[in-house]
Amino acid sequence: MSPYGVDQRHHILSVLVENKAGVLARVAGLFARRGYNIFSLAVAPSGDDRLSRITIVVDVESAPLEQIVKQLDKLIPVVQITELDPAESRERELLLATVAVGPEERGQVIQLVGVFEGKIVDVGTERLTVMVAGAPGKLDDFEDLVRPYGFVELQRTGRVALPRLDRQAYPHDRTHQTEKAG
Amino acid sequence: MSQPELTGAQALIKSLEMQRVEVMFGLPGGAILPVYDPIIDSSIRHILVRHEQGAGHMAEGYAHVTGRPGVAMVTSGPGATNIVTPLADAYMDSVPLVVVTGQVATTSIGTDAFQESDITGITMGVTKHNWLVTDAADIPRVVAEAFHVATTGRPGPVLIDLPKDVANATMEWYWPGPSDLDLPGYHPVTEGDPVLVRRAAELLLAAERPVIYAGGGILKARACEALLELVERTGIPVVTTLMARGSVPDSHPLCLGMPGMHGNYTAVTAMQRSDLLVALGSRFDDRVTGKVGTFAPEAKIIHVDIDPAEHHKVRRADIAIAGDCRLVIEELLSALDALGLPACPGSGRAGTPGVPAAPGAAGVVRRPGATPMDASPGAEPVPGSPAAAFPRERLDPWRAQLAEWQERFPLGYIGQAGEGGLKPQYVLETLRDATPDDTIVASGVGQHQMFASQWWRFEHPYTWVNSGGLGTMGFGVPAAIGAKVGRPDRMVWAIDGDGCFQMTAQELVTASSERIPVKIAILNNAYLGMVRQWQEMFYEERYSEVYLSPDLPDYVGWAESMGCVGLRVTAPEEVGPAIDKANAVDDRPVVIDFRTDAAEKVYPMVAAGASNDDIVVDPALGQGGR
Ligand SMILES: Cc1ncc(C[n+]2csc(CCOP(=O)(O)OP(=O)(O)O)c2C)c(N)n1
Ligand SMILES: [Mg+2]
Repeated sequence: MSPYGVDQRHHILSVLVENKAGVLARVAGLFARRGYNIFSLAVAPSGDDRLSRITIVVDVESAPLEQIVKQLDKLIPVVQITELDPAESRERELLLATVAVGPEERGQVIQLVGVFEGKIVDVGTERLTVMVAGAPGKLDDFEDLVRPYGFVELQRTGRVALPRLDRQAYPHDRTHQTEKAG
Repeated sequence: MSQPELTGAQALIKSLEMQRVEVMFGLPGGAILPVYDPIIDSSIRHILVRHEQGAGHMAEGYAHVTGRPGVAMVTSGPGATNIVTPLADAYMDSVPLVVVTGQVATTSIGTDAFQESDITGITMGVTKHNWLVTDAADIPRVVAEAFHVATTGRPGPVLIDLPKDVANATMEWYWPGPSDLDLPGYHPVTEGDPVLVRRAAELLLAAERPVIYAGGGILKARACEALLELVERTGIPVVTTLMARGSVPDSHPLCLGMPGMHGNYTAVTAMQRSDLLVALGSRFDDRVTGKVGTFAPEAKIIHVDIDPAEHHKVRRADIAIAGDCRLVIEELLSALDALGLPACPGSGRAGTPGVPAAPGAAGVVRRPGATPMDASPGAEPVPGSPAAAFPRERLDPWRAQLAEWQERFPLGYIGQAGEGGLKPQYVLETLRDATPDDTIVASGVGQHQMFASQWWRFEHPYTWVNSGGLGTMGFGVPAAIGAKVGRPDRMVWAIDGDGCFQMTAQELVTASSERIPVKIAILNNAYLGMVRQWQEMFYEERYSEVYLSPDLPDYVGWAESMGCVGLRVTAPEEVGPAIDKANAVDDRPVVIDFRTDAAEKVYPMVAAGASNDDIVVDPALGQGGR
């Protein structure tokens, strides 16, 4: 894993779609039938209740990014596609995990959660459920550090992302938006 | 004043009328019952098919020849799944179709109700878009959206799934205006980027071995006239793919005919050796390119397509222009004007009608029809203009090369001898010459399809109705019926295989009862011939499950039982008279069972996955099997 939490062969597509029944199936079906690999996928309402946002991390080795974007673009309910280069965007993800730790080791895990600015969500006699939000790479590190204690359950949401803001005097847009065509 | 209350079913039929639908093809059943009632009072002609696959292919045939969307209506469950093949076929060949399926009531969806199937889910990958209507008030808007999506941009099939309770519900009638369509993500491109068009025009002027690679998009965009103007003005030769046959007349001196796996030597090799390929509405299909890595290695590529996803999909283009082929070609012509290559006076629509070899004359028969390439057709550049740097004579060596290939490697076959099976090519040549120039020809899929595309002389656009991308056996008969419904003024022949015929022949019952006088030529070689050919060539003549039978079924008896005239032809001298007899019938369908030679193979051939450089012409023609 690279410092960005994804290999460079991954790209992030932030896709605005019509908020209608079956749209996720259309998107997922397209990836399946054309043999494009999805690394992660997150769907959520957008600011506009006619639209939802799907954040897809794609494996650009399975197909050229350009083909993936153009085929996606042909789906009628897809309204806008924004390509985010991992190096040029801010990505966040949420991790929720139940760790098998009894009273003796509990403190060590709680300490790690503190370092990663996470939260303890639930405490049982032999288990602890924790939450960490952050850059995907940080979550990978957290996972590696906690794994030795034993995960009972581990869930990650898949990432959401926004373009990195420009700090230069002459702003230039480094994301690429695909206007709907075809 | 308030609008009348209609049922959803009435609103659907009224919406189809608003779209000026004149005919639809279908077959009723439980879930679509409510919609069949208002059909009785509608101006729309409904043609009752015998199998829903037939309805879909008829709608395709209708769309191919009229340019208008074909409409089909079927019930839920098995009715809907039966029309999946035509949807997939239309999706591959960009045919505008609107298919309406009945669905179980919304309250039953998801319960495995009788005749429930998730047809919107099933057809997601084979439609341009589909809709499940859940509110009767949405019907007019959805119908308007469906026709808009099917017919604009890259055309394609769409499906509207209508649950029975929605068809029975009432709604207040309205008809949406263009701004009422709810398609925020659909904005098809039309015009090309002028900067790219200008650069493309410059490449056209400078190229020394250019070829125009015209595909089905030319016909979809109704760009044939513009294309002819481009060909004649630039003097650039053109190949017409299987989907584009007829877009430029075969008799035109600059028309090289069909490229691809069974294309002619000159068309295939011209592309291979070209320095500029101008792909217009074509998509670098594997049947055209052969092995992609060795396809046209020296060619720069200009790729015009209305679907930007086709650009760089198979072959990276040097100039990729997203836009409607007709508009982009017209823009190219204006750019050529500006560069100093004006329109040329007079057009090259010249033809030499071919005469097939008389029966009994053995020896090699060459495909007639193509006028030999003129030394230097094309417009003269304006002196002093940018175009003047590239005189039209620069193309002379290239055209001489093409003419030499045409001379050395024409399409040919060993002529019809007095005995033995009929040569399929001989049957086709006789049929071609006995029918009007503007006859519409539909075909199935197999050897007969390739022979038809090779040996017919297409002189007019929209005269070739064919399943290219999906290669659907059984397409021919229903597609011919749909074509005849769309163009009752034209003679319509289906050239079919015996295998294909057996897949959809029952639609001739539809044709007889609806008085749709199509004509069917079965090239009956008693085999799944194309598969046999591959087994002969690539599986050491180990024939596995390809033998049918010449006389089971009895095609003549079958035809007659379906209300058609049935004829059988076994001898060469009967071919012409039987065709004349068939051409004289115009009150019912005719089927001719031509007993053809099973050993005849389709040549030239580029083996699957091989390079186009390794094209094999008919070894029997004695040209060293190049
Ligand atoms: C529905 C379908 N099934 C199978 C095939 C594979 N296939 C391609 S050509 C062919 C043989 C067609 O036989 P026939 O109609 O007799 O035509 P011929 O090749 O003999 O001219 C077959 C089986 C196909 N294209 N479509
Ligand atoms: Mg056959």
